[in-house]
Amino acid sequence: MRKHLLNIFRFGIKELRILLGDKVMMILIAWVFSFGIYIDATSASVEVHNAPIAFVDQDRTTISRQLSSSFYPPRFKMSGLISSDEMDAGMDAGRYTFVVVIPSGFEKDIVSSKVADLQLNIDATRLTQAGIGAGYIQQIITKELADFLQTTEMKLPINIVTRMKYNPTLDSTWFGGIMAIINYITMISIMLSGAALIREREHGTLEHLLVLPVNATEIMLGKIWSMSFIVLVAVIFALLFVVKGILSVPLAGSLFLFLAGTSLILFATASMGIFMGTIARTMPQFGLILILTILPIMILSGAFTPFESMPQALQYLMYLLPNTHFVSFAQAVLYRDAGFAVVWIDMLWIFVIGMIFFLVTLAIFRRSLEKG
Amino acid sequence: MNIVARLKGVSHHYGDVVAIDNITLEIPAGSMVGFIGPDGVGKSTTMALISGVRKIQSGTIEVLDIDIENKKNRNSICSRIAYMPQGLGKNLYMSLSVYENIEFFARLFQQDKKERESRIELLLQSTGLLNFKDRPAGKLSGGMKQKLGLCCALIHDPDLLILDEPTTGVDPLSRKQFWTLIDHIRQNRSNMSVLVATAYMEEAEEFDHIIAMDDGEILFRGTPFELKEKTDTDNLDEAFIALLPEEKSRGHEKLVVPKYEDKNEDYAIVAEGLTKKFGDFIAVDSVSFKIRKGEIFGFLGSNGCGKTTTMKMLTGLLPQSEGEAWLFGKLANSGDIEIRNNVGYMTQAFSLYTELSVYQNLLLHAQLFHIPKEKIQKRIKEMLERFYLNDYRDVNASNLPLGIRQRLSLAVAVIHKPQMLILDEPTSGVDPISRDSFWKLLVDLARGDGVTIFISTHFMNEGERCDRISLMHQGKVLDSDTPKVLIEKKGKDTLEEAFIDYLEDATQEKIADTDIKLMEDSLHKHKEFSLRRLFGYSYRESLELVRDPIRLTFALVGMVFLLFIMSYGITLDVEDLKFSALDQDKTPQSRDYIQNISGSRYFVQESDLSSQEELDRRMKSGEIIVAVVIPPGFAKSLLRSESVDVAVWVNGAMPFRAETIKGYLTGMHYDYIKHLAKQTLGYVPTLSAANIEMRYRYNPDFKSLNAMVPAVIPMLLIFVPAILMALSVVREKEMGSIINFYATPVTKLEFLIGKQIPYVVVSMIGFFGLVALSVWLFDVPLKGSLALLSLAALLFVITTTGLGFLISSFAQTQIAALAATAILTLIPTINYSGLKDPVSSLEGVGAIIGTIFPVTYFINISRAIFSKNVDFSGVYPDMLALLIAIIVITLSSMMLLKQQEK
Repeated sequence: MRKHLLNIFRFGIKELRILLGDKVMMILIAWVFSFGIYIDATSASVEVHNAPIAFVDQDRTTISRQLSSSFYPPRFKMSGLISSDEMDAGMDAGRYTFVVVIPSGFEKDIVSSKVADLQLNIDATRLTQAGIGAGYIQQIITKELADFLQTTEMKLPINIVTRMKYNPTLDSTWFGGIMAIINYITMISIMLSGAALIREREHGTLEHLLVLPVNATEIMLGKIWSMSFIVLVAVIFALLFVVKGILSVPLAGSLFLFLAGTSLILFATASMGIFMGTIARTMPQFGLILILTILPIMILSGAFTPFESMPQALQYLMYLLPNTHFVSFAQAVLYRDAGFAVVWIDMLWIFVIGMIFFLVTLAIFRRSLEKG
Repeated sequence: MNIVARLKGVSHHYGDVVAIDNITLEIPAGSMVGFIGPDGVGKSTTMALISGVRKIQSGTIEVLDIDIENKKNRNSICSRIAYMPQGLGKNLYMSLSVYENIEFFARLFQQDKKERESRIELLLQSTGLLNFKDRPAGKLSGGMKQKLGLCCALIHDPDLLILDEPTTGVDPLSRKQFWTLIDHIRQNRSNMSVLVATAYMEEAEEFDHIIAMDDGEILFRGTPFELKEKTDTDNLDEAFIALLPEEKSRGHEKLVVPKYEDKNEDYAIVAEGLTKKFGDFIAVDSVSFKIRKGEIFGFLGSNGCGKTTTMKMLTGLLPQSEGEAWLFGKLANSGDIEIRNNVGYMTQAFSLYTELSVYQNLLLHAQLFHIPKEKIQKRIKEMLERFYLNDYRDVNASNLPLGIRQRLSLAVAVIHKPQMLILDEPTSGVDPISRDSFWKLLVDLARGDGVTIFISTHFMNEGERCDRISLMHQGKVLDSDTPKVLIEKKGKDTLEEAFIDYLEDATQEKIADTDIKLMEDSLHKHKEFSLRRLFGYSYRESLELVRDPIRLTFALVGMVFLLFIMSYGITLDVEDLKFSALDQDKTPQSRDYIQNISGSRYFVQESDLSSQEELDRRMKSGEIIVAVVIPPGFAKSLLRSESVDVAVWVNGAMPFRAETIKGYLTGMHYDYIKHLAKQTLGYVPTLSAANIEMRYRYNPDFKSLNAMVPAVIPMLLIFVPAILMALSVVREKEMGSIINFYATPVTKLEFLIGKQIPYVVVSMIGFFGLVALSVWLFDVPLKGSLALLSLAALLFVITTTGLGFLISSFAQTQIAALAATAILTLIPTINYSGLKDPVSSLEGVGAIIGTIFPVTYFINISRAIFSKNVDFSGVYPDMLALLIAIIVITLSSMMLLKQQEK
């Protein structure tokens, strides 16, 4: 037993030495876990941000001018007054997400206490802005009209007070920063371990190892622990210096718990990487397999779109991947300060799925070695 | 005397390593000139420089009276030179047939169909390859590969033929045939100059002129006869050693192998009827032998004759198809760790970790063999001394000269003091002195320590040093005995001649049963841009693509798979949200309010909450995302017309989801109030002075699928084409066939467009498939014109394949290309191209990336044509942007792409 552990340890040290000598890879890792995360976090913004809005003002009165001047950044970007012909062309070309049409006689109707009609055109292909933005526009117009008529807002019998937990200002940086880390953990760990295996095969060193008194499990575990270690160090750096330091995202939960979970997911993803490196015979094949796997993982595991709203069948499918559980785990720990009592089930899932990946990979890896 | 090449003060170095040191040299025309010397002395570099494949660092080189430093000049003589790089079939395409390979080269030299066909026919006939013209190059033997390489080099009647180690690793018969062929050609084209590099000294005996090199310097120039006379030796091997400076040859003496005394010991290795089949191909055909303990046993044969496969079966690396082998009486493939502890194995290629130092490599292996801790340092020290590695203790293996590397490999193989050594071509490419000192170590091990040695080699003089040898050819053992007996059996003087005799018997081929016919001179046309060359590359790339069905299906099926999963998966409909209520009032009114929310399709009601603590806990655990808290006295306040606050808690971790939930709740809240007012007042009061009519255009049902599909298609059309393209170029760099781009008259633009066309075609097939799937399977309406969308898609895939090409022009390895393509395309496409958030809403660096990233524009076009039925006037600015992207990317590629090696 001690012999095996020693071998695993030494293989890992060897991998680390080699990786540290690979400048391109090291620069890549350093880049994604610093600037990559910074850019991702700061570029995503609140959903309705600088939404282009334009007005077709057929009324040309005080009230219509007041309405059209009440939209300003950061939520909206006023793109000016346009004619009704320009409206269609502009919306077709995607220049405006919203166009408000104020018909002639609008002010007259308002003043004479009639209910005046307004038209709001919304580009419904812009899913993220359309719904939320329309709500904001409605509110702004209602308020402006009330101001104009100098009516005090009608007192409603029930008021709704919405409170956002865990991210009171709905700051996208919080979400973007953490999700970027999660994405890069997956991407880098799969790429590193898969490529390390293919490189060993191409250089002939894999074959060389097989005539030594070592076994496949040791080779694989050596790769897994060393690659996980590198990524783990990078994650600690990114969390403390980039996310917490520069982006000043408050990390609610226990860092220790998060890193424990990260180690589990790294075990799973590094196994996945070796799995792909084993079934791919050449680097182009590995490239295609990588894209085919990584893209769904990045987009569908809940870090990009709301997971619970996906089709049920797809949700079940995604539950088979450890990353889905990891996203849920990470959100619970980092945003909601959830403790082990809450997230143990996610961690168990990650471990179980990771273990299955590991064992299947080990079997295939062994067989591929025997075939030569 | 005419001069074909003039070198003046030429030096070349790779990093700190000096490859050639200030060489000045004139090479006579119309003759056969050989560069001799071991690996790594600068032969290959000199030849690559003369051929124009490598960039000159310092000094001047004139070839065919033209200074080749200048690119224009070089191009003008490119079509008069042929260059065949080192390595078996290095510049050939393994999936292409013999005929297709030559045809590709003919196109690069702009020969039309008629000329091409007659020339190829003639060449195939003269080289005896005619019967194999449809066989893929990858399935040819080493000797045939080299003949094919020669055909490809001769297709355009070069005035200067440069051959870099054309016969290394080829069996002696094929080697003889090769040189006979060259002789015939030279008889017919007496003005052709031939430059050859070789590591076999005996071959150089036949050359007109030899140039001996060592350490980047020229030791000698003249005829072979002059060399032998000068050094007073009778063969070139010894003459070369005599040429070396004192400090190198010091301590070198003729190696004498003490005779093996047969003490009738046990057999160390026994093989019986070992056979290995790969599919139909029989790599090793019932090979049997017995090796006694302490014996040096040799396997002699060409590359690919089954030596390596046999050794791998012995070490248990490969399971045999038939037969059995025993090492020290134990079955070889039993996986017994004890066997591994008793065997040292040295693979053909250097297979230690080049990234680790000599000491680290030794340490790692000592540890892996579990040499007791206290002994490790002593053992390493012993190895460093015995194998003269002390000076290199902390040098990385990648920086070691070949001879030292081999010593290190041997040291590693014996660090655990094994009883047996299996060595697969350990001296290939090593200079004669190092080879001799290596053999001395072997003899020491065998005779001194009684280690059994099983070695393979293609050097005949090494075969003569073995106690017994087996001659191998195409998986079979031709004969097996002591070298002396084998020579006597055939009545020859040398082992080489005897081996050739055996081969002729086995293959029924003679050295020269071919006749070389004369060819009319090809015109050396030079053209700046040629469609034929461009087509040559396209056609070849298409053939390779079609012959690799795995890659092709993976690409196309992968696109379809991703379209499915992503289009269904990327849903921005926020629904099925877990919702719960904390009803502190528990009246019909409060239940009514909750019912109003929970009844909507957006929410799924979970069990009720009983306290604020429970709310906190369950939201923390992720059980609920939204919670409504109704205060006590809710109904009473309503009755008294007092204002009452309802609190809503939302998990705000995902801002987009939270905002949407807030919008839903506000809407439902107002609906409820209206409903309430109608009940109590009998009419609905106006809450606003204006009635805002909402027109959701293009996608009135707010269907995610309709919005996502037009955006997922562009996404797939960047990843797959960019990766395929990038890897196809870098692969050529790694495999070595990129040499053809350097050495032939093909221009950068022809190369770029030529390689791009097949991938553009494949991508367009993918595009049509994706559109068909979207329209027919997903029922996503294509409102605009398919022709217009296709045109835009064409521009887009030219952009994305171009992007792949651009990445490949600076990436050196496939893994770097892969990583760079993944990071440079994946992240910007997902985050900054308007897939989810419109580019206009981005900030900071993301906004800049979004603006210059071509995907942004095609997503715009795709959405406009799919959902909005926009015509050309609406999308031309975006198409213009794509066009600009194509121009910028192509120009950058042209600038970054190097047509010479450094």
